[in-house]
Amino acid sequence: MLKITKTPKCYVGGAFIRSESGRVYEMRSSSGEFIANIPLCSRKDLRNAVEAAAKAGPGWAKRSPYNRAQILYRMAEMLESRADEMAAATSEEETRATIDRIVHYAGWADKYEQVLGSVNPVASSHFNFTVTEPVGIVGLLAPEEAPLLALMSLVLPAIVSGNAVVALASKSAPYPSILLGEMLAVSDLPGGVVNLLTGDRAELIPTFATHEHLRAVAATATGKDATELQQGAAESVKRVILHRPDTDWFSGDLDSPYAIRDFTEAKTVWHPIGA
Amino acid sequence: MPARKSARSKTQARELLFGDLWEFDPAPESAPAHIDDRYRLFINGKHVAPKSRTYFDSISPRDGKKLTEIPMANAADVDAAYTAATKAFRSWSKLPGAERGKYLFRIARLLQDRSREFAVAETLDGGKPIKESRDFDLPMAAAHFFYHAGWADKLQYAAPGRTLAPLGVIGQVIPWNFPLLMLAWKIAPALATGNTVVIKPAETTSVTALKFATILEQAGLPPGVVNIVTGAGETGAAVVNHPTAAKIAFTGSTEVGKIIQRSLAGTGKKLTLELGGKAANIVFDDAPLDQAVEGIINGIFFNQGHVCCAGSRLLVQEGVEKELVTRLKRRLATLRVGDPMDKNTDIGAINSAEQLARIKELVRSGVDEGATIHQPSCKLPHNGFYFAPTLFTGVAQSHRIAREEIFGPVLSILTFRTPDEAIEKANNTCYGLSAGVWTDKGSKILKMASTLKAGVVWANTYNKFDPSSPFGGYKESGFGREGGKHGLLDYTKLT
Repeated sequence: MLKITKTPKCYVGGAFIRSESGRVYEMRSSSGEFIANIPLCSRKDLRNAVEAAAKAGPGWAKRSPYNRAQILYRMAEMLESRADEMAAATSEEETRATIDRIVHYAGWADKYEQVLGSVNPVASSHFNFTVTEPVGIVGLLAPEEAPLLALMSLVLPAIVSGNAVVALASKSAPYPSILLGEMLAVSDLPGGVVNLLTGDRAELIPTFATHEHLRAVAATATGKDATELQQGAAESVKRVILHRPDTDWFSGDLDSPYAIRDFTEAKTVWHPIGA
Repeated sequence: MPARKSARSKTQARELLFGDLWEFDPAPESAPAHIDDRYRLFINGKHVAPKSRTYFDSISPRDGKKLTEIPMANAADVDAAYTAATKAFRSWSKLPGAERGKYLFRIARLLQDRSREFAVAETLDGGKPIKESRDFDLPMAAAHFFYHAGWADKLQYAAPGRTLAPLGVIGQVIPWNFPLLMLAWKIAPALATGNTVVIKPAETTSVTALKFATILEQAGLPPGVVNIVTGAGETGAAVVNHPTAAKIAFTGSTEVGKIIQRSLAGTGKKLTLELGGKAANIVFDDAPLDQAVEGIINGIFFNQGHVCCAGSRLLVQEGVEKELVTRLKRRLATLRVGDPMDKNTDIGAINSAEQLARIKELVRSGVDEGATIHQPSCKLPHNGFYFAPTLFTGVAQSHRIAREEIFGPVLSILTFRTPDEAIEKANNTCYGLSAGVWTDKGSKILKMASTLKAGVVWANTYNKFDPSSPFGGYKESGFGREGGKHGLLDYTKLT
């Protein structure tokens, strides 16, 4: 009996899309056998994904931190339930590490503010405090290695504070991202909060860099890519967070509220004290 | 007849208007400013002549006369400054925090000792009223050194679970609106965290920075820890683009900020930007109007409106617009514009002829685009650069005066009906530095404070600053914070 093979699709706005460009690239197994065609997303796909993120972002940011924590934990549950399938696409070690990282960040949702925020002892008779807020929509460019763990290590600190993200998966190993989309679709994460694209980095970097509605971009980029991202970001004074190419994505150093800080703005509020 | 009289007194506030019958006596500040005829660069702990051998005149905006000569540092001068800072970094970064802190405490104390002298110099050089340089700039500059001095030996408490390490040599470029204060809030956190500094003040306001070099000498700061290079755009570019810089900290216009961000692309240098703003100052119909009027006046006319966080867009709820504008105009008429050295002056001189021309151009666009202009009939001095405080009513969102940063004493007044509309209008800008909210209702304040896209929200107050309070913007107003724990982290590497 002939096996029903899957047509991999990207996950945008809570729906599964093929690239509007109609282009694909071949994914082959290590032995060179054809597995599937992966969408080669275009600038237009990226812009559509930003639109989806813009729709979903404000509602996501308004959720209570407790609720965001629950939803992130539920993501871990979804991944756990299909851990074998994901392990086949990456490795068991990477899948386990990713689940742990999701659980770690789930727990930060209602705590990072107490680490990053402050009440400021100003000299005048004012009550003054600083809280953090999500920057808005964040663009992410995952590295080639650790295709699931690295991708999620970028996604988690961004969404935990209420940002919506548009992420580009590893070109050489896009399948974990395809599977992740399917798992997110059945988690409680609202559609559009995480948008996952596949495609060619060089083709999409200019749009990631210059799209005005992306308020931050995080990437493992060096050389020409890094320069292009930063130059483009200057058009709209966008924050660019670059990770070193030798980043050990399995390292516990990546579990940190200071990674969340990269995707937040600090807002300081003053009010007079007294009648 | 008596009945009519009382009805009149109810609707009209009593005003005493004497026209030009009497004038205030001048009350000039007379303390000496100790300004040299010519200054030198401060590199590696020495006052050195610029390798460029060129100097430019520093003009006092209060009378348009030459104040002193400032050295024009070229790329070789900037390179010498970086060499000194790089060498100094080796020992400064290893000095125990407590010792670094002592130097900063000394600097704070010395600034307090000489605050009158510096206040006078600041006013002569920049044109801001002496009462502001004396009561705001100087105390706040000293406070920044004092605050950060105490951090130097407590860095392990700033970021739980992480260690803070200095970055290296920091290149800093600061604007002309608060010359000494900007210098203080750039240098103090950099030094407290173990970095060394090459700083470039704005070309029109270099005097207090160069005078500050003598404070560093009095404090016995090791040579090369702070290097001061003066000049214009090319000097700034040399500071920003020097390969040794580990980080650039810039405060200035969004336009220049973008150029800097672009030029740093691919270099791996860290960057913080504190850029322009077009703050919305929002007044609800339940606001205490008299306090709001004072806040609005302070928000836009403080330092002649040369403030990136100035409340330059006044959003008034429709029901109180007429009343508020009436009170604002009345208050406007009492502002004293003139010689910044006069202790009674509220609005001093515009920083430069160039800036005055820019303000005039934008104000003209406001008139041309159909807004209604209001200016009090005040006499402006004949010499120097002055501009009367200005209100615009009937302003539309699309007008240039409602969208572009003016950096002068010009207020645009718009109206709204509902809180949602106020938020929509306030956030409808590429900037996001600051905002103001005036209302009597606590929950409304917190709602507005949490919805406005701005780095600083002043509720029932405006233009308040403190070294412990983070300051900085959203969107195109820049990134990074200055002040408080947040500002400190931006000068360190977390490991």
